[in-house]
Amino acid sequence: MAAEKMAVAKAINESLRRALESDPKVLIMGEDVGKLGGVFRVTDGLQKDFGEDRVVDTPLAESGIVGTAIGLALRGYRPVVEIQFDGFVFPAYDQIVTQLAKMHARSLGKVKMPVVLRIPYGGGIGAVEHHSESPEALFAHVAGLKVVSPSNAADAYWMMQQAIQSDDPVIYFEPKRRYWDKGEVDKDAIPGPLHTARVVREGTDLTLAAYGPMVKLCQEVADAAAEEGRSLEVVDLRSISPLDFDTVQASVEKTRRLVVVHEAPVFLGSGAEIAARITERCFYHLEAPVLRVGGYHAPYPPARLEEEYLPDLDRVLDAVDRSLAY
Amino acid sequence: MTDSTAARKPRRSAGSKAAGTTGTKAAGTTGGKAAGTTGTKAAGTTTTGGKAGAGAKRTTRTTRTAAKKGSETELVQLLTPEGERVEPTGKAPYAEYAGYVAGITPDELRGLYRDMVLTRRFDAEATALQRQGELGLWASLLGQEAAQIGSGRATREDDYVFPTYREHGVAWCRGVDPTNLLGMFRGVNHGGWDPNSNNFHLYTIVIGSQALHATGYAMGVAKDGADSGVIAYFGDGASSQGDVNEAFNFAAVYNAPVVFFCQNNQWAISESNEKQTRVPLYQRAQGFGFPGVRVDGNDVLASLAVTRWALDRARRGEGPALIEAYTYRMGAHTTSDDPSRYRHDDERAAWEAKDPILRLRRHLESAHHADEGFFAELETESEALGKRVREVVRAMPDPDRLALFEHVYADGHALVDEERVQFAAYQASFAESEGV
Repeated sequence: MAAEKMAVAKAINESLRRALESDPKVLIMGEDVGKLGGVFRVTDGLQKDFGEDRVVDTPLAESGIVGTAIGLALRGYRPVVEIQFDGFVFPAYDQIVTQLAKMHARSLGKVKMPVVLRIPYGGGIGAVEHHSESPEALFAHVAGLKVVSPSNAADAYWMMQQAIQSDDPVIYFEPKRRYWDKGEVDKDAIPGPLHTARVVREGTDLTLAAYGPMVKLCQEVADAAAEEGRSLEVVDLRSISPLDFDTVQASVEKTRRLVVVHEAPVFLGSGAEIAARITERCFYHLEAPVLRVGGYHAPYPPARLEEEYLPDLDRVLDAVDRSLAY
Repeated sequence: MTDSTAARKPRRSAGSKAAGTTGTKAAGTTGGKAAGTTGTKAAGTTTTGGKAGAGAKRTTRTTRTAAKKGSETELVQLLTPEGERVEPTGKAPYAEYAGYVAGITPDELRGLYRDMVLTRRFDAEATALQRQGELGLWASLLGQEAAQIGSGRATREDDYVFPTYREHGVAWCRGVDPTNLLGMFRGVNHGGWDPNSNNFHLYTIVIGSQALHATGYAMGVAKDGADSGVIAYFGDGASSQGDVNEAFNFAAVYNAPVVFFCQNNQWAISESNEKQTRVPLYQRAQGFGFPGVRVDGNDVLASLAVTRWALDRARRGEGPALIEAYTYRMGAHTTSDDPSRYRHDDERAAWEAKDPILRLRRHLESAHHADEGFFAELETESEALGKRVREVVRAMPDPDRLALFEHVYADGHALVDEERVQFAAYQASFAESEGV
């Protein structure tokens, strides 16, 4: 079958459909995922085709959803849970951190937790409070969890397949502002490993590292910089835990400069960890300190201010200039 | 502020909880009393603690309603503290519960007694081992043997149990070797038994989390079309947790075959029931749409009967039920706790008169179901268990250092691998320097 062009949301939908078809233990759970097909329509049509027993509209209680998903996993199911919005995950945070993440270690490996938590995240859609946040660092900090975020349709499709097949809990952050971006998806492809980064654009002067919604921005930044005669390399990290430092290191050893971009606040964000690790690994290669571009140490602002808060072309270019000025 | 103070006072004046079920003669008269009033006179006169806030008109009305409801769901007791079998009064639910142990044999009664005695012996040994420094902590179940053995013995092999961290008696019923429970209290692991070999999940320390796991598991049982039951243990403190209430709701919405078994041992560390709830806990079930029943948690027969009833209806597809086993934590919350700071000894003394083991012994003796030989033999068995537990714990090795990196993930994780290598190299550096 040839590659099809489809939007990120549709790619996830098709991936979920494939999982439901191929494994009777896969379940979809969440608020409004059934009849409505999810508020972003990511699960559109799945309940109609697979029934209410497998595509489960749940009571409106995030801790309850994750807690019962853990129980279902203990019974041998592979639940794929939708948390409706990033800012709504916190009632479930306790179950995720104290139970989901630790069950395998607590049982000395006797209990597996093949649970996927899908969380639409990030801003740029003009939403109200709690609908635009990027809490990935809060999960990546927890041993026992794996955290990934696709940036395009093909990855959205394949990374979901791999997340569902994983025997570990995977938090799958969906870049909600890219839901409607289209890309080629080859359903017969043989995907690479889930937790590896990928160089999506080669360059020689500086490396931009990003994941999820910021990858597209970084590619635009690279285009703009090219017009000024600068060659930027873009690394799509794809996985935040584990993080593929080897790919970043190889890139930085070549370009000698690194700027990390994410929507999440810079302070103690994933960029901080990348900066520390890459400095440690590439100390003698670096021509400039690792710089970070991200959100501020302030609550995610009202929609009319979000463009000021989110990294954009100019802010990333500014960081690129600062790095190149060293 | 005024409101809550007003509400608190009458419950206190209703008498000490300790006296709650003493001196009850007639069937079903001890029931439903939130605060355990003394001097119960007749069946069905339960007050359910609705006398809160006396004086206000609104409260008077509440009292009447509560009293009416309370009379329908009193505390179920089948064996009095004096060891007398309580004959069902003929009232429908009560007789139905009693029916579940109607045919119980002397052999089975001796078995329940043995379970309780050995569980208590194990528990005492663990407390002693903590005092000797062999365990870092112990959460004693002293006083709750009947609730645990009764409910535990009601489970079938294919049922699944989700305990808190105090269900040593239930673990015993499930066939988990008691010494397996001690690893986490010694600090060599966080649990370590295979939950699937006895269908007894790992101890859960975060209060109430397991109620949701049990509910999810039960949802899975229903999806599988199996007729197994699931039982979730928790306490009066956990009843305040959102997770427990969400579990009630999910279980009701999905009609999941789960039994919520709340051991109301009166104390959540230092906080009494009054700090957790304004209604008797079993009544919470009604608001979620399933039955709730309060059972005398110091009565092993009643605990067995009511749990059998609840599991049976779960198997038949009739959904969840809540059992509130009204009991008492005779000891401290854990060995780190000091109950003298928040409760009086006379309370404990009153509950000792209702001891779960003592009452079954009285019954076995008066009914001539057991002779001196039985008790002597059990004493020997009990001491042997204590000795074995002692020996196993003292011989329990510390885990290998590298164990801290084990099982963090099922499919591995690059960072864990990297840190394991670094840690091993760091440890090896000592060996090298010592070698020089």
